[in-house]
Amino acid sequence: MRRWGKAVLIAFFSDIHANRQAFEACLEHARAQGSQRYVFLGDYVGYGADPDWVLTTVIDMVGQGALAVLGNHDNAINVPGETMNSEAQVAIEWTRGQLGPEQRRFLADLPLTLNDESRLYVHAEASKPKSWIYVKSTVEAATSLSVTPAHITFCGHIHTPALYSLSITAKMTAFTPVSGAAVPMLPGRRWLAVLGSVGQPRDGNPAAAYALLDTDKKEITYCRVPYDVDAAAASIRKAGLPPWLADRLHTGK
Amino acid sequence: MAKPLHEPGVMVDGFRLEQLVHRGGMAMLWRVTRPDLPGPVLMKVPRIGEGADPAAIVSFEMEQMIMPKLSGIHVPKFVAAGDFSAQPYLAMEEIEGATLLPRLSQLPLPYAEVAEIGVKLATALDDLHRQHVVHLDIKPSNIMFRPSGEAVLLDFGLSHHDQLPDLMQEEFRLPFGTAPYMSPEQLRGIRNDPRSDIFALGVLLYFFSTGVRPFGEGERLATMRRRLWRDPVPPRALRADYPQWLQEIVLRCLEIEPAWRYPTAAQLAFDLSHPDQVKLTGRAGKLKKDPFTTVLRRRFNTDLTQGRAKPGSAAPLSSAPIVAVAIDLNQGSAALTEALRLTAERILATVPSARLACLNVLKQGRISLDSVLDEQGHNKKIDRLVGLRHWAEPLKLDEDRLTVHVLEAVDPASALLEFVQNNRVDHILIGARHDSLMRTLLGSVSAKIAAEAPCTVTVVRPPRTHA
Repeated sequence: MRRWGKAVLIAFFSDIHANRQAFEACLEHARAQGSQRYVFLGDYVGYGADPDWVLTTVIDMVGQGALAVLGNHDNAINVPGETMNSEAQVAIEWTRGQLGPEQRRFLADLPLTLNDESRLYVHAEASKPKSWIYVKSTVEAATSLSVTPAHITFCGHIHTPALYSLSITAKMTAFTPVSGAAVPMLPGRRWLAVLGSVGQPRDGNPAAAYALLDTDKKEITYCRVPYDVDAAAASIRKAGLPPWLADRLHTGK
Repeated sequence: MAKPLHEPGVMVDGFRLEQLVHRGGMAMLWRVTRPDLPGPVLMKVPRIGEGADPAAIVSFEMEQMIMPKLSGIHVPKFVAAGDFSAQPYLAMEEIEGATLLPRLSQLPLPYAEVAEIGVKLATALDDLHRQHVVHLDIKPSNIMFRPSGEAVLLDFGLSHHDQLPDLMQEEFRLPFGTAPYMSPEQLRGIRNDPRSDIFALGVLLYFFSTGVRPFGEGERLATMRRRLWRDPVPPRALRADYPQWLQEIVLRCLEIEPAWRYPTAAQLAFDLSHPDQVKLTGRAGKLKKDPFTTVLRRRFNTDLTQGRAKPGSAAPLSSAPIVAVAIDLNQGSAALTEALRLTAERILATVPSARLACLNVLKQGRISLDSVLDEQGHNKKIDRLVGLRHWAEPLKLDEDRLTVHVLEAVDPASALLEFVQNNRVDHILIGARHDSLMRTLLGSVSAKIAAEAPCTVTVVRPPRTHA
């Protein structure tokens, strides 16, 4: 891939889920492509064994200008009683004990949505951001796009990458992005970019997922990055978290 | 939205409009200039005024996405694009000359010329398919030729790119394309199968060699749908002198099931370039359409006639490669010949759609042209062909997967490289010359191939003997 000149290259990360190895690999990959700005789409914690390191890194980057929104797992740290499946619940309770007051305050202060130029950042479906609705199909994608004039909405939450677009005739198209292939964000349509998960991919590909937006060429590139899955899984087992959370990293399911 | 452009002299995004070249239903073509460009380029401007077909917009968006991704000699070079927020346009290289459309008044063309056009088109399609694009609107008006002879494919407004969102997929319920050339699966809404282009090319070859369109010109859906179960009249029923090899190729392109067509355009180009090697099947001699029972079976086979199938059904191109093996019948050691066969066998076992071309070079003297007859009066070339078939026999390949070729040349490496290039070979196997003295004197053929071939090269050595 070429080095990016004057163009602004923004790297987007979603659903890091305390997976240090995956996050490090994605950050390194993004920097090697020349990324200049960083956006985090929520769910920094939960499932993985390195919430402290991941949050310290995110907080540090936000201090240097990165943008971040709230995810449902982040929300559950400070709002006990949010309904979650049992493994997620166990992981959240364990995570709560790992975080200091500053980290908890950072999570509590995160916004649900952010507008940045002609882009909207949100963790889940944007019409009811606090209901944490998965964008599973063109139906939710259309609802999400109906509440914003933004040219591109970025979200995560479902751990499966997808790219939706809405034509001027109000027709939705869905697309499963191909890793490394740049897609032009045609200005005549509106787009919803659903990111895959950095720390717990669920689309059958265990490689960590993130995306790059070139604001000059107006192109988005979904990237998959291999990382040390064994080390991430070993940390989960060592921490005494449910073993299934370690196992699933190997299959990406 | 900006005012439509009308007049020469108007500036658009740094381009000066010079001359209106063509006014079509969906777009206008202007010849334009820009000071930093050496010559004029072509600007395509969609017609999107009031009451314009939304299809025109989406199709133009699709072309704007795809064209900048394409490269190579078989497409017009992309220059610039402008979007719908100002004046939408696509600027591209202008190809000199005419499309294939004017040739329609001269049909039918001689068989050799049809085959020659077919090779050029199949080669261009193979190049496009390797760039992840299915054209989906192959027809005479979208085809031009460079002065150097290569085919150039135009108009990607209906195309599908494997790595980009397909904006046409959900936009329209009716299939898009050009009625006489549209494949059965396209009629059913499938847009991602490269073999749809092979079907369209088959229609073109049929039409150009007989003067008759195989499925007529009807644009009514009911008429078009007949091709889902009704095969065309065999060309030999129209022209008694129609070559069997050409009918074999054309009818294979026009198979209703994509799986029965050529798996890749490269394999089609290969057969069109080697008429004497085309494996003739029942298609070759047919004089009548399929019997009514067959047609009825297709008519009520819901697999063939049902609506939209799930996307992602197309097999990747890499599953049907052309593999070549260079065999030295004379000096080659038995162990090396055997090692070559074993390697070929392994590759062919893992890729069942691969085809194998066995090559041998008959060296010619530099000064005088050698006689093709040796002292005993044997025809050397025939002997070599027999030798190659004998070498390949243990592989037990179906005849349509195997071809044998004796190349007559002064320089073996150049002859092999030329074959690889012209026939879009994906992988060549070649034995390392074992005799080091010979290699020093003559240079290594395998080293030259490995360094210069535009494809994967496997240099095969016989198994190690114990030291």
